Amino acid sequence: MALVKKDLLLEWRQRHALFGILLYVFSTVFVINLMVKEPEEKIWNAMFWVVQLFVCVNAVAKSFLQESRGRLLYYYSLVHPRYFIAAKLIYNVLLMMFMSLVSLLCCILFLGNPIIHPLYFLGIVLLGGISLSLLFTMLAAIAAQASQNAALMAIMGFPLVMPILMLLSNISQGALSPVVQPGLPGMFLLLGGMDVLVIALALILFPYLWKE
Amino acid sequence: MAKHWWKILAVAILLYVIIGGFSVKVPSIGNNQQAARSIFFHLPMWMSMYTLFTISVVNSVWYLATNDLRRDIRASSAASTGVLFGVMGFLTGMLWATYTWGGTIVNDPKQMTTAIALTIYLAYLVLRLSFTDLDKRARVSAIFNVFAFALLIPLTYIIPRMVESLHPGSASSPGFSSQDTAGTIKMVLWPAFIGWTLLGIWIYTLRNRYKRLELKSILHG
Repeated sequence: MALVKKDLLLEWRQRHALFGILLYVFSTVFVINLMVKEPEEKIWNAMFWVVQLFVCVNAVAKSFLQESRGRLLYYYSLVHPRYFIAAKLIYNVLLMMFMSLVSLLCCILFLGNPIIHPLYFLGIVLLGGISLSLLFTMLAAIAAQASQNAALMAIMGFPLVMPILMLLSNISQGALSPVVQPGLPGMFLLLGGMDVLVIALALILFPYLWKE
Repeated sequence: MAKHWWKILAVAILLYVIIGGFSVKVPSIGNNQQAARSIFFHLPMWMSMYTLFTISVVNSVWYLATNDLRRDIRASSAASTGVLFGVMGFLTGMLWATYTWGGTIVNDPKQMTTAIALTIYLAYLVLRLSFTDLDKRARVSAIFNVFAFALLIPLTYIIPRMVESLHPGSASSPGFSSQDTAGTIKMVLWPAFIGWTLLGIWIYTLRNRYKRLELKSILHG
């Protein structure tokens, strides 16, 4: 797990990227604030998850881009690809959890606070951050193989991420307004199931992706 | 002749389905009058799509195991034919919905999730276009294909069954089972499943052969 530590260290050394994303979160939320002031719960919810989506694309996409070819070859000679992708997954989950908290804070500061169950919502935000980062890590690994990275990432990622976002916004609706939702545990189960599925697929398929 | 019997069978069955589908007596229930005949065209499309996507994912996994480019060609032709049937299923569903539910795109979860699933497969086809290196294209798209299939099943099979839907077989409405389906419908529907699936496989083999010739001309031309 030295790889996770290396990634964290590298992130701290290349602070410009980290602060770039923080600034990105801040300015996105600020633009929303300029446009709609304090939106009602439903819009707030939608805006929040869209911000999350774009933050995740930006934060996770670079995790494979920042590695040069030579360095990848060096890793390849050191560790099994499975450990490598596991390290990347863990690192991105940590990064995204941090980013989720920041964007939640920004949203509350600028867009008002419609949350009535704070702890429940916090849990969903963290869970959402984890799910998004897991999926996008794998997609970034795929996109890194192709030449046109950013565009390809969006093309592949958005359809795949739609079900997850749908589930998340449905679940989090319960924290914002008092609604009765049938099938809530089922949705949690499904989301957890999807996470497990993505992790399993990443671990199984990444070694093939790395063969060169 | 011995190899082509199933193609003749497909044509015969489809003729039977089209003639039978428009002439057989269907029970008219509620606002689902004669529009119920869509069932002979709407449902089999999904059967055919699932079959083709399954062929596609099996070939993708096979490619990852063997690195044989012909497997990749098979996977891609099956996926594109599957998308064709998916789009047709979506269109027939829209037609049916216009007359039965009173709107082309109603806010039905199954319609939404199917649209998402089809977008994922369209992304697969776009992904394939963005590579110039054949081996790399094959490897990366095979991996994406496994992902796509892994999401297709929960999207179109599990989520719609959990939530309220206008489609039969959801949380609150009865499913499509053999007890409450009229005999006349069953008599046409089961052959329809087989007929449309065979047609799908036929199109897939044609496309596969064409693509393989293309590959051959690239490699040896």
